[in-house]
Amino acid sequence: MKKSNTSTSISLWRRFTNRLMTILIVLAIILAITPLIFILVEVLIQGGSVISLAFLTHLPEPPNVAGAGIAPALVGSFTMVGLAALFSIPIGVGAGIFFSEWSSSKLASLSGFMNDVLTGFPSMVIGLFVFIIIVLTTKEQSAFAGGVALSFIMIPIIARTTSESLKLVPTTLREASMALGIPRWKTIFRVVIGTGKTGLLTGIVLAVARATGETAPLLLTAATNTHYITSLFAQPTASLTVLIYNYGTSSFASWQAQAWGAALVLIVIMLALNLFVKFIMGRSLTEARME
Amino acid sequence: MQFRVLRGDTVLKIALAAAALFIIGLLIGLAVELYLGSTATMSRFGIGFLVGTKWNSNKDLFGAFPFIYGTLLTSAIAIIVGLPISIGVAVFISERLKSHQSLGYVLGAIVDLLAAVPSVIYGLWGLLILAPLLSRYVEMPLHDLLYFIPLFSSKPTGGINFLTAGIILAIMIIPTMSAVSRDVLKAVPNSQREAMYSLGGTDWEVTQKSVLPYARSGIFGAFILGLGRAVGETMAVVMVIGNIPAVTANLFSPGYTLSALIANEFGESSGLYRSAIVEIALILFLIALIINVFARLLLWRMTRGTAVNV
Amino acid sequence: MSDQDLSSAAKIETKGLKARFGKLEVLKGINLRFPENSVTAIMGPSGCGKTTFIRCLNRIHELTPGAKVEGEVILDGINIYSPNVDPVAIRRRIGMVFQKPNPFPTMSIYDNAVAGLKLNGIRNRKKLEELAERSLRMAFLWDEVKDDLKKPGTALSGGQQQRLCIARALAVEPEVILMDEPCSALDPVATAKVEESIVALKENFTIIIVTHNMQQAARISDFTAFMYLGQLIEFGKTSEVFENPKNELTEKYITGKFG
Repeated sequence: MKKSNTSTSISLWRRFTNRLMTILIVLAIILAITPLIFILVEVLIQGGSVISLAFLTHLPEPPNVAGAGIAPALVGSFTMVGLAALFSIPIGVGAGIFFSEWSSSKLASLSGFMNDVLTGFPSMVIGLFVFIIIVLTTKEQSAFAGGVALSFIMIPIIARTTSESLKLVPTTLREASMALGIPRWKTIFRVVIGTGKTGLLTGIVLAVARATGETAPLLLTAATNTHYITSLFAQPTASLTVLIYNYGTSSFASWQAQAWGAALVLIVIMLALNLFVKFIMGRSLTEARME
Repeated sequence: MQFRVLRGDTVLKIALAAAALFIIGLLIGLAVELYLGSTATMSRFGIGFLVGTKWNSNKDLFGAFPFIYGTLLTSAIAIIVGLPISIGVAVFISERLKSHQSLGYVLGAIVDLLAAVPSVIYGLWGLLILAPLLSRYVEMPLHDLLYFIPLFSSKPTGGINFLTAGIILAIMIIPTMSAVSRDVLKAVPNSQREAMYSLGGTDWEVTQKSVLPYARSGIFGAFILGLGRAVGETMAVVMVIGNIPAVTANLFSPGYTLSALIANEFGESSGLYRSAIVEIALILFLIALIINVFARLLLWRMTRGTAVNV
Repeated sequence: MSDQDLSSAAKIETKGLKARFGKLEVLKGINLRFPENSVTAIMGPSGCGKTTFIRCLNRIHELTPGAKVEGEVILDGINIYSPNVDPVAIRRRIGMVFQKPNPFPTMSIYDNAVAGLKLNGIRNRKKLEELAERSLRMAFLWDEVKDDLKKPGTALSGGQQQRLCIARALAVEPEVILMDEPCSALDPVATAKVEESIVALKENFTIIIVTHNMQQAARISDFTAFMYLGQLIEFGKTSEVFENPKNELTEKYITGKFG
């Protein structure tokens, strides 16, 4: 056996490649993080110069008119997300419990599969669908239609996170409860959901955050409005996101400035929700939303 | 007593099953309505709709090809730019920061935060800030230097084009792809790394020849998920792509995607025009369906923890 | 610390080798000399530091976050921990076989065998095939796989996988081979084959093998080191350590009073 390697160093090329790749890898993380910093800073600066109590409480005005505000959009967003939550939480949690507790049934497998397919589906298609089934039939754009569209985005998220959280509950807990004679339905509510409730709440908050940030589903279903709505079913409704879109793509500097302001409000809400989940529930919003 | 208990159990099961059925109904209803809404153009144009390149509502001439092209091109740019960056982020955080776990956690959290930014804000920033910047510092120079390459052949128009849209999409899908990649890399057993180290490999060689190959199906999954996101994204794209149908290799040309078309033109459409847009939505639905189903089937074989079950 | 009665030159030796995981000191100062072209067994109860010890010999220990090494490890007169020695280069000269066989699952048997060679820049197809065959023969695996070289490395049985890992380590022509309980996951037939190859290999390599199995040590090793709680208790010719242990602890361990 010849002693061919008595060296104590490796070839220059290998050392160079190693260094180069390390630099590229560091570059990657810089490239990934910089846009976030730029966006947040821009929103803060441009939006910050527009924010005021008046901005948050006044009605919208035509471009270049002073004293304009985004109040109807704020109220509209809250209303529609609220409606969506009302509709999606029972269905989403219900389906999620079914996936977890009756996981061997064919219905659960099929529905679960379709649920995963629906998660992250193009939201524009969902918006168009709700337009067809609700707006065309009622002949009105409305907060109701917008809320339903948002709920179709939320349901798959809630169903999946509910199912995942409940699956983590050890089987032994269920068995112990049933062995004590507690009926299955009570076991599910008290023991299973009781243990998994943090995960459940995380999923719901996650879905709410997602819905708050959505624009496409609202474009056709709720459109926009310059005033507060008096009817949930018969009037187009403003929302933060659609306002940002409309004002941002307009050619008026004053409206573009307001778009930044609305963006700041929206980002603050999103960050608040994200931090809420992270610190109080201990899980990152995007970890939970991973599919 | 037993009968009452059984009643409670059955009632619950029925209620929950109804919820599960609702989801199935949702997906099926979606498919049905999209199909029904596009029958007018389907009978008028048939398969030709998929390859037709003309889109003119005044002349009742509709073809989906420019939009399919735009969706695919912008998604391709997003993946080409975003996937290497995502893998780099994942390698950095889970391979290079082994002795600095908390820094890795913080960096990961920051990258994840990118996913919390709503797409309309990406669109706003892209339109008002990134597009002019890209145009001035990247696209103009590229055009001046490399105009003979078809990719860069037309004068950039203020950054409202395929390239900018692709880059914004890349930024938006990086959090998803890097989070999945991070998980996958963490799951690679240490003994694999040590085997390559003990043969005399450098850090990069160990990553390149042992860790990444081992994780390759997971990384493929990350790619699929990123693709699914990119294909369906509407707002950020509609704000920076120009919304003019185009089939060209020229990255600096304005373009149009399936979802941007729906967002932009559905509102004012009627009759055959409307049917054409619904058929566009149907095409997008099918593309997203295929990608999502594929991703789901792929996930069956991946070691990614609980995300798979059911 | 005991005397070492050796007349042959030491291929690799340690001087005052200490190792830590964070604050926990696992090796408390080991002085050992390993004679060239011999098989040395390292024995001791669980937790005595024997695995950490060999992982310090090829500088794998320091890859664990928080791990620290002090002291010297001298290979052919050079301290491998000196600042102008690249650990990557050293690891080629000191090969390692792990407790659980770990062939690269995405590579074929052939690719596994030549993985280390390709790392070190050998590209010539013919040369690679030659070296692959030679190392597979040395690991007593060639006859079993020569017609199936394209099959994935994981398509083999446990014992065959371990011999593949041995071949993989051999291919880069190291001078020292470290083995961390290489047979503990194998059945007796596979163990016998691996032991057979180890005995054949000592003609050309210096082998250090950590083992829990005293009969194995008695079967295949020329020298034995006994460790306890991070210290070297005794070292000597295997026959002497087993039949005439100089230290009470050694004797207790050998006679099974503790394990």
